Amino acid sequence: MAIRVQAEDFDVGAELAALSDGNTAVGGVASFVGLVRDVAGGDAVSAMTLEHYPGMTERQLAAIEAEARTRWPLDAVLIIHRHGRLLPGDRIVLAACASAHRAAAFEACWFLMDWLKTKAPFWKREETADGDRWVSAKEEDEAAADRWHTRTP
Amino acid sequence: MRILYFAWLRTKIGTSEEELAPPPDVATTGDLITWLRSRGPGYADALANRAVVKVAVNQDYVGLDHPLSPNDEVALFPPVTGG
Repeated sequence: MAIRVQAEDFDVGAELAALSDGNTAVGGVASFVGLVRDVAGGDAVSAMTLEHYPGMTERQLAAIEAEARTRWPLDAVLIIHRHGRLLPGDRIVLAACASAHRAAAFEACWFLMDWLKTKAPFWKREETADGDRWVSAKEEDEAAADRWHTRTP
Repeated sequence: MRILYFAWLRTKIGTSEEELAPPPDVATTGDLITWLRSRGPGYADALANRAVVKVAVNQDYVGLDHPLSPNDEVALFPPVTGG
């Protein structure tokens, strides 16, 4: 169980190396790193602040990890999600899965991100030249999360 | 009952957290939202569209028919946008 919700940045290389350290049964590690973009909806974004619900965030991320482990044979799972004010190019999230084979690692990592996007209680507020605005949830994110209800590995 | 608000619900209501004792006829999460809307224009504005208000009780997602207890931690927030 590796869930971390933090303001600090993380070292992707060190985190991925640690995921399989000492476990030679691992055949592959798949990962996703989410970054702050400098544009949204055609407007320049100068910064982004991530608010979250301490306690529920960790609880929901742990539930998502547990669900992934019931669906795929995973040796290790890591989710790191940052909060606070971030700048374009900054890392927001790291999801990584280690497994004996690549299919399980890739699929589980994609699943983690799709469910995280619609279930983990985080909210983004963007800073633009016209002022601050809350980011709206996207319907395609719901659809991406829903497809895992029917699709089994 | 501890009520928490996040994101634009928090800014519209003007507080992130409050301790409230709803009247006895507030039995469910749906009842609570209806009652909160009567507490002022900020609440009415924030809770005008229930379709975009997510509810968690004791840090788990619930529907609008979920029963409430006096010691519950209830959170109201918009659809999440992390990742």
